[in-house]
Amino acid sequence: MSCVQTIQDYALRSIGIGERLLPRSDFTVCEQVVLIGSGMIWNVYFGFMALATGFFLATAVALGKGSANPWLRKPAELYVFLFRGSPLFIQFFFAYFVFLNLKRVYPFFDPFTAAWLGALIVLFLNTGAYSAQIFHGALQSIPKGEVEAADAYGLSGWSRFRRIIWPTMLRLAWPAYTNEAIFLFHATTLVYFSGFPAWQQRGDALYYASYFADKTFNPFVPYPILAGYFILLTLVIIGGFGLVNRRLNRHLPANARSKMKLRPNLIR
Amino acid sequence: MFSYCTDPDALDRLRWLSCYLTTGVHFSFYLSFLKVIGILAVTAPVALAFGFFGAMSARSSIAPVSWLGKGYIAVVRGVPDIAFFLFFVIALDQGFEWLRHQALCPDWTDPIRQGNDFLVCPQAKLPLGTAPQAVHQTYAFGLAVVTFALVFGAFAANVIFGAMRAVPKAQLETAEAYGMSPRQTFWRILVPQMWVYALPGLSNLWQVLIKATPLLFLLGIEDVVYWARELGGTKTARFTAYPHGDWRMWYFLALLVFYLFMTWGSEKILSRLMTRLTRGQATTGGEAQRRGAAA
Repeated sequence: MSCVQTIQDYALRSIGIGERLLPRSDFTVCEQVVLIGSGMIWNVYFGFMALATGFFLATAVALGKGSANPWLRKPAELYVFLFRGSPLFIQFFFAYFVFLNLKRVYPFFDPFTAAWLGALIVLFLNTGAYSAQIFHGALQSIPKGEVEAADAYGLSGWSRFRRIIWPTMLRLAWPAYTNEAIFLFHATTLVYFSGFPAWQQRGDALYYASYFADKTFNPFVPYPILAGYFILLTLVIIGGFGLVNRRLNRHLPANARSKMKLRPNLIR
Repeated sequence: MFSYCTDPDALDRLRWLSCYLTTGVHFSFYLSFLKVIGILAVTAPVALAFGFFGAMSARSSIAPVSWLGKGYIAVVRGVPDIAFFLFFVIALDQGFEWLRHQALCPDWTDPIRQGNDFLVCPQAKLPLGTAPQAVHQTYAFGLAVVTFALVFGAFAANVIFGAMRAVPKAQLETAEAYGMSPRQTFWRILVPQMWVYALPGLSNLWQVLIKATPLLFLLGIEDVVYWARELGGTKTARFTAYPHGDWRMWYFLALLVFYLFMTWGSEKILSRLMTRLTRGQATTGGEAQRRGAAA
C-alpha cells in the first residue's frame, strides 16, 4: 500500500472518516506518521477550545481573586486551589465518573461522558484555574502609576478596566500565559488514558502512539514521531503567541518589552 | 475486622460502612497511599541528585561534559512528559534485557527484533520468568522510580543550573580573592548560597512531582488509581459480601482530597523552609528578616 493511499485512508481516521480498521500487522513508518498525525486533530481541538473558553473564565476569576469583597474572593481562591492542588489525571477520572452517575439519573448528561465534551469541560476548568493564577499575579504587579494616571484622566469603572488595566495585565501575563498554553496542549494527551473512552478507536496522538508501541513492542518509532509532532505544535504556539506579544508591547521602546522566556513544561 | 462483621446483611448503615472499609482489599487500597508517599520519598532525593549532577556537568568547563549536561536538560523540553513515561519504561526494560542478552548468551544467533517481537534468550529475561510475583512487582516499581528520577532530574537540573548562576558574582570573586581553589569556592560558597535561589523552583517541582504520581497507574503499578477503579466498580452479591453500585466517583473524590491535602501540607512546610534558608542571605527576603529582627 502506497503512502498516498495510507494518507487517504487514515489522515482523518481520528474523527471517523476513512478506513474503519486500524492497521494490524506489518506497520510501516508512513502508517504511524499518518495515524499519529490524525490523532493530533484531537489534541489541537482540546487545547484550542479549552484555551479560547478558559481565557474568559480566568480573567473573571483573577478579578474575583483580587477583589476586596470576600464573597467574590473566597470562592475564587477555593476554585483555584482545588484545580491547581490536585492532579489533572484524577480530575479527569473524577469528572468522568460524576458525569456517568449523572447520566443515569438525567439523560441530558449523555454527551458529557464522551471525551469531546466531558474532557473539554475539565480542561476548561483546569486551564481557567492555572491562567487565573497567572492573571492574578499580573494584576498585582500593574504599576500603580498607570492606574493613578487613569484616575487623573477621569477614567473609572469599566472603561478604566477595558482601556488600562486589562491590556496591561495581558502584557505582563503574556510570557507566562504562553507557557500555560504549551503546558495545556501537552496535558491534552492525558484525556484518553483517564476513563474517557476512545469510541471506535478515535483517539488522540498519544492513543495511537501507544497503540503502535503495544503492537510492535518497539517504542523507538511511534514516540519520537509523537515528540516530533508536539515540538512542531509547540513552535506554532510560540509563533502565534509571539505575534500577540508583539502587538501587546507595540507602544513600548524595544528594550522595555517583556521578553518571551520559555520554561520547561511540566505535568500538572 | 470487627467482631460484629460476620453477617454484613444484618447490619445498620454505619456499622456496615465500618465493616466495608476495613476489608482486606481496602487495606491494599490504604497501602497504595503509602506506596505513593514511598515513591515520592525515594524519587525526590534521587531526582535531586540527578539534577545536581546535571547542573554540575552543564557548568563544566570541559566542553563534552557540558554538552552532555545541557543536552540532558534540553531533551525533556518540548515533549509531553506522559509520552516520556510511556517511552522510558519500555526503552529501559528493553535496554537492560539487551545488555544482559549480550553478556549472558554470546552465542545466540537469532535476531532480537523478529518482526513485532522483542526476543532475548530466556536467561536474559528481566525479571526471570521463574521469579516470584513479588520480584516482578519490585522490578516494575524500580523502573518507575528510575523513570521519574530521570525526567524530574532534568527539570531539577534546569532549576539548579539557574540558581547557581543567580548567586552574586561578587561572592565568588571574594572567595577567589581569599585564595580559595575553584573546588573550595564551589562547595563552600556557591552550593550553600544557591539553595535559596533554587528553592522556589524546586518547591514548584515538588508540587508537580506529587501531582505526577497518579501516572504510576499507566506504568502498570497497582497504585491508588488502580485500586480506586477496582474497588469502586459495581459489585454484585454473588462475588462479595458487600454489594454496592458504581461508587468510583466517591473513591476518586477521596483521591482528590488526598492530593489536595498533600499539596496544601507541603506548601506550608516549604514556606517554612524558605524562611529558614533566607536567613542571612543577600536577598530582599533576607534583608527584610534582618530588619524585622533588629526592630
